[in-house]
Amino acid sequence: MDRVKRRLAPYLLILPGGLWLLLFFAVPMIAMLSLSLQQGDVVNGYRFTFHWQNYTEAIEAYNSQLIRSLIYGAIATVILIVLAFPVAYYIAFYGGKRKPTYLFLLLLPFFVSFVLRTISWRQILTDEGPVLGPLKDLGLLSDSYHILGTAPAVIGGLVYNFLPFMVLPIYVALERIDPRVVEAARDLYANPATSFRKVIFPLALPGVFAGVLMSFVPVSADYVNSEVLGSSSTTMIGQVIQAQYLVNSDYPTASALSFILMAVLLIGIFAYARALGTEDVMKVAAR
Amino acid sequence: MTTPQPAIRFAGVHKNYLSHGESVPAVKRMDLAIAQGEFFSLLGPSGCGKTTTMRMIAGFEEPSGGKVYLDGKDVTGVAPNKRDVNMVFQSYALFPHLNTYQNVAFGLERKKVGKADIKKRVGEMLEIVSLTGMEKRAPKEMSGGQQQRVALARALVNHPRALLLDEPLGALDLKLRQQMQIELKRIQREVGITFVYVTHDQGEALTMSDRIAVMNAGVIEQLGSPREIYERPASRFVAGFIGTSNLVDGHIERCENGLAVVAYSAQDRVVVPVGSAARPGDKIEISVRPEKIDLHRGVPPVSSTGGSVLSGVVNEVVYHGTSTNYTVATAAGADFTVFDQNASNADDLADRGDRVFLTWAPQHSYMIGV
Repeated sequence: MDRVKRRLAPYLLILPGGLWLLLFFAVPMIAMLSLSLQQGDVVNGYRFTFHWQNYTEAIEAYNSQLIRSLIYGAIATVILIVLAFPVAYYIAFYGGKRKPTYLFLLLLPFFVSFVLRTISWRQILTDEGPVLGPLKDLGLLSDSYHILGTAPAVIGGLVYNFLPFMVLPIYVALERIDPRVVEAARDLYANPATSFRKVIFPLALPGVFAGVLMSFVPVSADYVNSEVLGSSSTTMIGQVIQAQYLVNSDYPTASALSFILMAVLLIGIFAYARALGTEDVMKVAAR
Repeated sequence: MTTPQPAIRFAGVHKNYLSHGESVPAVKRMDLAIAQGEFFSLLGPSGCGKTTTMRMIAGFEEPSGGKVYLDGKDVTGVAPNKRDVNMVFQSYALFPHLNTYQNVAFGLERKKVGKADIKKRVGEMLEIVSLTGMEKRAPKEMSGGQQQRVALARALVNHPRALLLDEPLGALDLKLRQQMQIELKRIQREVGITFVYVTHDQGEALTMSDRIAVMNAGVIEQLGSPREIYERPASRFVAGFIGTSNLVDGHIERCENGLAVVAYSAQDRVVVPVGSAARPGDKIEISVRPEKIDLHRGVPPVSSTGGSVLSGVVNEVVYHGTSTNYTVATAAGADFTVFDQNASNADDLADRGDRVFLTWAPQHSYMIGV
């Protein structure tokens, strides 16, 4: 009896998580996959016909938005690393007793809705708003100058919204570095810059890796920032999917686009993991 | 020819920490000279300032006042990477993302030593610490003892002016620790580098050091060879911290031939060598090591005439394998510990509750603070 119980235990333990995945991941995925291969229209209904053309047509129609999304995602991710690293570094090494305060401040914006915060950026950056207005009055900018509707506005919004997702994993990685290891580098003739390059940064890489995963994927699939801060020239793939679903009710195209985006992101991530040598990174992370 | 400079010299060094707005002394005014090639230990309980002292040599802490000299050169205020000393950290602090070879080569690479030269020196050093063949191992794939030897090699390969070791054996189990003590001593002899060894383990300090500085509350209580410190503790603290001491105080009854007699009764007396300054009536404190004392059941032998004799009752008998330890409540008022080697007599000398006599020769009494 005991032996049976013991052999069943792992399966019983996996049951809640397994059911969760099945219900909220596997079932919707299969439903969406089936949807992406259907034909018809919203009035007469859709039928499953293995209509692979949905994919080729979607790529043909929207490849520019897809590529733009990946480019925005990549640019935003690079800017995120550059901005987040010093922040995480400061909190981890100089935060002292105020560490919890800094982390709380970092997460404070989450108490206000993501959409609302993005809309408030619209107010800030508007043509005659608090930033551009005075600069134009002073004659520092021409009257026709605008930020809203441009790629920098969208990328800026993305960076703003996802900064904590980059800061936190890098902070965790830096926080775990034994200060004596850094001292050892200094003791072994490394100046502050070299000990950063040779010891601190390599040890923070797992955090950077995690931060890239946590920001590049949602940033590339984002549909709010371009909607609120952008224009028709900054349309991202997330907006297209949303419009196909909710505006045009073209479910097969929307589903096909979702799968294409997912495939592209997965391939990108695996290539990235390979290039960085995830195994080594994970080895360090598992320490 | 000039006399050789001490490898490390402290001149009036002190260090205060700010704690809750208050300045707390960690190291009080310290003057210290450590000779070239010496195995020097800083020994003391935690919080005595020994680690702060070492960190001031390495450059991780700057003194609040005074100067630190390496080889006669003032290095006060010089960054750690510009000081020619290397440290073996308490928990080794190996670079977790580098393998053994890369760890050991780190310092040489910073010093811009040529690739071929690095390869040769790292190879030689790994041989000295018996880690040949482990070049590709990551720190966490190695045992504590192996990691400890990587840390040692990583520091020594740079031929520093001095090697600083911060409780390097603390994390190892007893057997390995004893093995590494011998190993460290051998390596030190082989490379001839000054070792500064921080430890709270008095046994370790006694076995390995040429000289020991016993520290307490930011002050060096005594500085001397292991033998001096053990045989002639300068203070009550040192006597208590180093090994086991029997401490007893009393008033001098009479002095003759440089020996003072402290009497507790007609037959109970302690005889102790004293300087010329001692006068009858002075209150003195005497220390006796437990292994110097003979324990007799019944009347003490005639041979002990002229030495110390204390009567007492055995309170405790503890068998330790190589020796048996007795605790005796003596007529002098203090409890005495006596170690008796289990050389030939397999049986205990006395049992609990027995009346016994303790005797020891005059030269084994030591008056503290002279």
